[in-house]
Amino acid sequence: MNDWQHNDTPVSSTMLDAWRVDSGVPPEDLDLPDGWEMVIGLEVHVELATRTKMFSPARNHFGGEPNTMVHPVCLGLPGTLPVVNGRAVELSIRVGLALNCTVQRCVFARKNYFYPDMPKDYQISQYDRPLNINGWIELPSGHRIGIERAHMEEDTGKSTHVGESGRIHDAGYSLVDYNRAGVPLLEIVSHPDIRGPEEAKAYVAELQAIVVAVGASDGKFEEGSMRVDANVSVRPAGSDELRTRCEIKNVNSLRSLGRAIQYEARRHVDLYRAGDRPVQETRHWDEEGGRTRAGRSKEQAEDYRYFADPDLVPVDPSPTWVEEIRAALPPLPRARRQALIDAGGDPASCAIAVERDLDGLALAVSAAGGDVPRSLVHIVNNLVVDGAADLDPTGFVELVRMEAGGELTSTQAKQILGEMVSSGRGPAELAVEHGFEAMDSGDLESMLDAIIADHPDEWQRFVDGEAKLQGVFTGQIMKATQGKADGKVVAQLLAQKKAIATP
Amino acid sequence: MSGHSARALAASVASGAVSAAEVVEEYLGRIDEREHEVHAFNLVTADAARAAAEQIDRRVAAGETIGPLAGVPIALKDNLCTRGVATTCSSKILEGWIPPYDATVVERLAAAGAIMVGKTNLDEFAMGSSTENSAFGPTRNPLDLDRVPGGSSGGSAAAVAAGFAPLSLGSDTGGSIRQPAALCGVVGMKPSYGTVSRYGLIAFASSLDQIGPFSRDVADSALLFETIAGHDGRDSTSIPAPLEPITPRLDRGVDGLRVGVVSELAGGTLEGFQPEVLAQTRRAAEALAAAGAVVADVSVPSTIYGLSAYYVIAPAEASSNLARYDGVRYGHREPGRANTAAMMTASRTRGFGAEVKRRIMLGTYGLSAGYHDAFYGKAQRVRTLIIRDFERAYRDFDVLLSPTSPCVAFPFGAKADPLTMYLNDVATIPSNLAGHPAISVPFGTGEDGMPVGVQVMAPMLGEPVMYQVAAELERASTDGTGA
Repeated sequence: MNDWQHNDTPVSSTMLDAWRVDSGVPPEDLDLPDGWEMVIGLEVHVELATRTKMFSPARNHFGGEPNTMVHPVCLGLPGTLPVVNGRAVELSIRVGLALNCTVQRCVFARKNYFYPDMPKDYQISQYDRPLNINGWIELPSGHRIGIERAHMEEDTGKSTHVGESGRIHDAGYSLVDYNRAGVPLLEIVSHPDIRGPEEAKAYVAELQAIVVAVGASDGKFEEGSMRVDANVSVRPAGSDELRTRCEIKNVNSLRSLGRAIQYEARRHVDLYRAGDRPVQETRHWDEEGGRTRAGRSKEQAEDYRYFADPDLVPVDPSPTWVEEIRAALPPLPRARRQALIDAGGDPASCAIAVERDLDGLALAVSAAGGDVPRSLVHIVNNLVVDGAADLDPTGFVELVRMEAGGELTSTQAKQILGEMVSSGRGPAELAVEHGFEAMDSGDLESMLDAIIADHPDEWQRFVDGEAKLQGVFTGQIMKATQGKADGKVVAQLLAQKKAIATP
Repeated sequence: MSGHSARALAASVASGAVSAAEVVEEYLGRIDEREHEVHAFNLVTADAARAAAEQIDRRVAAGETIGPLAGVPIALKDNLCTRGVATTCSSKILEGWIPPYDATVVERLAAAGAIMVGKTNLDEFAMGSSTENSAFGPTRNPLDLDRVPGGSSGGSAAAVAAGFAPLSLGSDTGGSIRQPAALCGVVGMKPSYGTVSRYGLIAFASSLDQIGPFSRDVADSALLFETIAGHDGRDSTSIPAPLEPITPRLDRGVDGLRVGVVSELAGGTLEGFQPEVLAQTRRAAEALAAAGAVVADVSVPSTIYGLSAYYVIAPAEASSNLARYDGVRYGHREPGRANTAAMMTASRTRGFGAEVKRRIMLGTYGLSAGYHDAFYGKAQRVRTLIIRDFERAYRDFDVLLSPTSPCVAFPFGAKADPLTMYLNDVATIPSNLAGHPAISVPFGTGEDGMPVGVQVMAPMLGEPVMYQVAAELERASTDGTGA
C-alpha cells in the first residue's frame, strides 16, 4: 500500500509491538545487558548547497513563502524534462572523495511510488550505479566506519495536514509546499559498522564536519539540511551475524539519534530474551514518549520498480575532473585534528577545536612558537561565542604570548579575548586601556609586606592556622592593586611567607 | 491556395503576393467547411491565428525580416505544450490544465513565423493506432469518413489530408506519425532520437518519443524538420551535433544508392499484411531501381521481435510517466474522497481511458519485483539486438524499405481487439527501438482505393539520405509509376 496512508494513520498492530507499551513509559535503564552488542548502519541525507535545484532552474534556498521557489520542471508539469545540475555533481564528488570513495560513471533511476509531496510521483535517485562507492570515515576515536555508497537524488516537498478528523464525511485537507521539491540531496549510506549511540553521534558529527568543510552543505539539522535514518539491530557480543534490523525515522537531532538507538537496541534484546524476535520494519521515533513506534512493515513495503530514467543520460566524471576536484579539497577534519595533535594539543581539545573550526588559531600560535595547550584552553572554554571564527589570529597569538609571559593573568586574558571578539581590536591596546600592565611579583611582595605590617594580629592568627584569613590579605592586596594582581601569585607569596614565619 | 505547399505559401507571403491574413482565412474557411465531419481538432485557435497573421503582415509591410515559415498555418498535436492554450492529450485527466510554457518546437515554429491554427486530436496520451481512443471522440479519415485516420497522431494527419493546414506536427513512439500519414495519404517522418527536443512534449515513453512533421510533400517535410530540429539544453537526450542540410539533397536522385528491402516486413511472411500493400512496396523498390539505385532484399531478423519488446518497454515507461496525473496539482480531481490515496485512485480511475489503464497496468507489471528482469530486462536486450541487426544491414545498404502499415485505413471498430490493433505498428516500431529516422511516403493505392504508405528507414542521423530516397519515391509516385 501507499506510504502516506500509514503516515496519516500509523498502524501499530503486531503483537511484538506491544513491548512495554502497557506501562506507557519506557524503562529507565536502557543499557544493554552484558553479552549483547549493537549493530548500527546510518543513512544520512545531506542537502547540497547549490544555487538551483537538482534538475530544475528553480532556486534552492531554505525558507520563503510556500511554492515560491518552483519552476515547471520541479513541479513535474506535463512535458517538462530534468537536466542534471553540474554543480550538484561536483559537490557530490567532493563529499565522495572526502569519504575516500571511488567515483564512478553513474546512472539516474526512477524510484516509483505515489506520494502527494512528490510532483512526478517518482523520485529521481540512483540505484544500481551510484556516483560514489566503497569509502570510509575515521572517527576521532580512530575507529573506521565503512561507507557503502553516496548517491545523488532529489528531495520531496512538504505536506501540512489541516483539520484531520479521520472521519470520511468530515475529512480535513492537506497543504503541499513544493519549495523543497527537487532540492539536490546526497544520500550517504554507511556499513553496519557502528557499535553504539555515542559512536553514531560521533559519526554524524564527523560527516557534518566533512560536508561543511568541503562546502557541499551547511549541514544544519534544524533546517533539515541533514537528516538521519538509523538501521538498528543487536547480536551476541563478538559474533559477526547480522540479525533483523529496524529502520528508525524521524530523528531530528543528534541527541534524539542517540536516544532512539539506545531504546531500539534494548527493545530488540528484550524481545530475544523473551524468546521472541523483532520484525523488519520502519519505526518512527517519538521524541516526547521517548520510544520508537511501528510504521509500515517492510514485508508490505512498496515495490519501487526502479529503472534507469530515460530522460537523463549517465553522468561519467572524467578522471581529470575528479583529480582536479580532489586537488582542490580543503584539509579535512581528520587531517586537521592530527596537525593539532602533532603541534602538542591533547586529542580531546583538538577534536573540539576542529569541530568549532577554530583549529587555525591554535596552529597560528604553534607557528609563532607559542603555548599551544594554553591556546586550546581558550578555544575550548572561552571562545564558545558568535564571531569567534572571525577572530584575528595575529591578535590571538599575541594574547597567548602576553599571558604566557606573565603580562596578563588568565582572568585578564579571558576578559580581553572576549572584547577582541566583540570589538575586533588587538590585545595590547585593550590591556593598556584596562590598565592591565605588567605587575611583577617583586612589587607585589613589597606591597604585601606593608599590609602584613599593618595587620600584625591577623597575620599571627593566619600563621597559627586560621586559613580563612587568607581572604583578608588577598582582598587587601587586590584593593591596593585595583584588581591587577594575579590571584595565583598572591597565594604563592602568602604561602611562602607563612612557611617562613611558621616556627 | 489550400493545395499549395508550405514553401509556396511562405514565398507568397514574403513577397507580398498574398497576405498572411488571407492565407489564414482560407484555411480557417476549410476548417469551417469540413471539421464538423472530420474532427481533426480538439481546439481551433482561430482568433490567435488571425492575430498572428496580422502581426506578420505588419512586419512584411514594414520590410522586416520574417521567418522561413512566415504566414504558414500549422496544426499541433494536442500533446505539445502551448503557453496559455489548453493541452489535453485527448484525456479527461488533463481537464482544465493550461501549460504555463511553450514546448521547444512551438517556440521554434513561432520564431519561424508559422501560425498555429489549432490543437489536433490523438489517441489518449498517444496510445493507439486509430485515434479511436480519444476521450473527445474519434477523428475520421478525410478520404473516407467511415474509416480511421490511423493514430495516434490521427488528428494531425487528417488536418493535412483535409487541407486544414499545409503542415502539422505529431509525435511518434511506435509509428504514431508514419502510420496515420500512410493511412491518410500524406508524408510523415519520425526523426532520429535526439534531433528534435522533447521539452514540452507530454511524455508517453521517453526513450522512444520523437516529434516529427506531417506535410503534403517531401520537401515541406524536410523544411519543417529543419525548422524544429537542433540541440536544446532543456532536453538531456538532445544531440548537440549540427544537422547536415537536407534540402540540397532532394533533387539529387538515387543513382548508386543501395536500397535494402526488409524481407521480414515486405516478404509477406508476417500475418496481416494486405497483398496490395506488399505489391506497392515492391513497385516502390522497382521504381528506385529504375532510377539507378541498387536494390536487394535484406533480412533484419530481430525486427519481428520489436513488437513484443515495444509492448514491454513503452508501457513500463508510460506507467512511470503517467504517475503524476494524480489529481493533486492539476487536471481532473474526484471530489469527496476520504483521504489522499482514495482521491488519487478515484481521479485516475475516472480520468484515464481503458487503453491508457491497460498500458499502465502492463508496464507496472513488467517493472515489478520478480518480473523486472524477465520482462523489462529482456525487452531491453531485444532492443540491443535490433540495433545490432540494423547496424549490420546498414553496412551493405544506405537505406531500408518496407511498408509503413500492414494495411490501408480500416473501418471504425474493425480492430477492437487490442492485440490486433498493436500489430499495426510492426513495421514502424523497430525504428523507434533503434532510435533511427524513418519516413512514410504515399505510394499508390490499395484496397478500396485507399492510399498506401511506403517507409524509408535510415541509420542514426541519416535524415539526408532518407529524404533523398523519399523525394525519388515521391517523383515516381506522381509520375504514375506507382499508381
